[in-house]
Amino acid sequence: MIMPLHPGAEAIQNKGWLLAHKWLLARRFSQLAILILFMIGPGLGIWLVKGNLSSNLVLDTLPLTDPYVLLQSIFAGHTPETTAMIGAAIVLGFYLLVSGRVYCSWVCPVNMVTDLAHWLRERFNIKSASTISNNSRYWLLAITLLLAFTTGNVAWEMVNPVSMMHRGLIFGIGMAWTILLGVFLFDLLVSRRAWCSHLCPVGAFYSLLGTHSPLRIRADAREQCNDCMDCFLVCPEQQVIRPALKGADKGIGPVVTSANCTNCGRCIDVCSKDVFHFGLRFNNKPVHNKNIHNHTDHSTGAEVL
Amino acid sequence: MIQQQSPSSQPPASASRRRFLLSSARTAGGAALMGLSIGLYSRQSISLPAEALRPPGALAEKDFLGACIRCGLCVRNCPFDTLSLAELGEPVTTGTPYFIARDVPCEMCDDIPCVKACPTGALNHSLENIDDARMGLAVLLDEETCLNFQGLRCDVCYRICPAIEKAITLEHVANVRTGKHALFIPTVHSDHCTGCGKCERGCVLEEAAIKVLPLNLAKGELGHHYRWGWKEKEKAGRSLVSPDIKHEYNLPEGQHYDYEGEGLIFDDNTSNGAPFSSDPLKTLNQGMKEAP
Ligand code: SF4
Ligand code: SF4
Ligand code: SF4
Ligand code: SF4
Repeated sequence: MIMPLHPGAEAIQNKGWLLAHKWLLARRFSQLAILILFMIGPGLGIWLVKGNLSSNLVLDTLPLTDPYVLLQSIFAGHTPETTAMIGAAIVLGFYLLVSGRVYCSWVCPVNMVTDLAHWLRERFNIKSASTISNNSRYWLLAITLLLAFTTGNVAWEMVNPVSMMHRGLIFGIGMAWTILLGVFLFDLLVSRRAWCSHLCPVGAFYSLLGTHSPLRIRADAREQCNDCMDCFLVCPEQQVIRPALKGADKGIGPVVTSANCTNCGRCIDVCSKDVFHFGLRFNNKPVHNKNIHNHTDHSTGAEVL
Repeated sequence: MIQQQSPSSQPPASASRRRFLLSSARTAGGAALMGLSIGLYSRQSISLPAEALRPPGALAEKDFLGACIRCGLCVRNCPFDTLSLAELGEPVTTGTPYFIARDVPCEMCDDIPCVKACPTGALNHSLENIDDARMGLAVLLDEETCLNFQGLRCDVCYRICPAIEKAITLEHVANVRTGKHALFIPTVHSDHCTGCGKCERGCVLEEAAIKVLPLNLAKGELGHHYRWGWKEKEKAGRSLVSPDIKHEYNLPEGQHYDYEGEGLIFDDNTSNGAPFSSDPLKTLNQGMKEAP
């Protein structure tokens, strides 16, 4: 088998560059827009949002609070004021609906850093043997809460790269860039997608929020899959795709149900066969199709370059 | 779980279980190690140097660190840009709000916008009157450079204090250097000083002689069993130590002692028999006369 030039090459040929990067562009737009909304306050004096991702006030009325940070504070023994509780409830509700890890791919600024590291890693074909269990993040999540409980301090927030970066960009970064550089180098040199998909307790927390979220990636057109593996290669959480895409004969439905899926939509972008789309988690019955094992190759031939 | 392993019947299953257990142990170990180092790091880097003050209404430092989620809303709502969030590398616990009085003091806003903005209550919302804030306590640290202590009339810290005549007063003390003037000693009173830092900011010296310190540094604390006798007496309306009976002094005849009054009194008319006259010169001369 001859490998394609890079994942998505075929999709670009079929759909054009723009359509093959539709969700990636939307995502970058969202991440940057959110960051800019926060930064034009101190930068230009336009105060649409005050504060940072830990807690903020939109248009001087709507309070939003990161439920994970607040949970740490509660574990540290504090009973928060109602404003923070309301803010956290709003954020919780939102992510329960759209899937928690939308935070990771559409909001979190560190995602841009780790995506860059990943892109460079692929580009320069950096391989490293070390593997980290992708359950490590849940352990770390538990430990951050335990730390808050035992120290009475929201200790994790003193090193958390996510809040460090966001707070840093808005309030002054100090030496926090070193922590980000650490994350970047770790992802680049030590292990593939190490931070966001294996270690980050923030992502782990939001994963848990997304276990039952209605908004999901669906592989409804999975019988058209031509096994190019592009989706698998670009997916930050590779393990989540296989059941939905290849599980038809095991009786698994076409919905990517794993809460680890970040709803980044990159799989939709790079698939030249339009197998994936955003949809709801309901109606997840394996549709029986006679052609499941019959991979008739309708491809343009681009994959055998 | 380990003891349930079936030794030989299902080798692949037990091998995979062993692998699973091993990798879980590795992950847990790694996570625990990371947790430990974060814990240690956070212990190490919790800090609040004496010159860094918390915003009004801040909970006691230990509680504050668990309550503040480092959002910076207090910073944003301060109209005087007094507050800032500590950056990594600064000597204050990363991400928490503080101010340096000598740079920008707190202006003691009537509506306390910083406290209102705090979503978590790390700045206690029950603080409604800014005069009740206790961000620290001003202490006149250096009597050797304070101009007023030298007998000059600088008075800047006193005049600039938002609680003038309550938080800082000028106490008059004799100027022994000139022998005829008074020193106007700036004196801070902890029952009114909010620790806003305006005096420290205002001090005209190169390095302020008066500084706001965190309360735990600025205040002494009595032994818990200590009681001020005179206060207890006032509270009780009578002496608690010894009964209030007239004290008997064993004095020579012709003298008596006025307790809490004039002191030693000579009954003049009986001076003949007394060994000493109330006039010391007289006594001395008497001695001369008696000499052979
Ligand atoms: S499954 Fe698709 S949307 Fe989910 S993380 Fe992977 S690439 Fe992104
Ligand atoms: S009371 Fe006013 S000046 Fe002082 S810290 Fe709060 S907002 Fe700033
Ligand atoms: S507003 Fe409250 S929670 Fe936010 S930084 Fe200030 S003190 Fe901390
Ligand atoms: S402003 Fe400084 S020098 Fe002047 S009286 Fe106050 S402490 Fe002394």
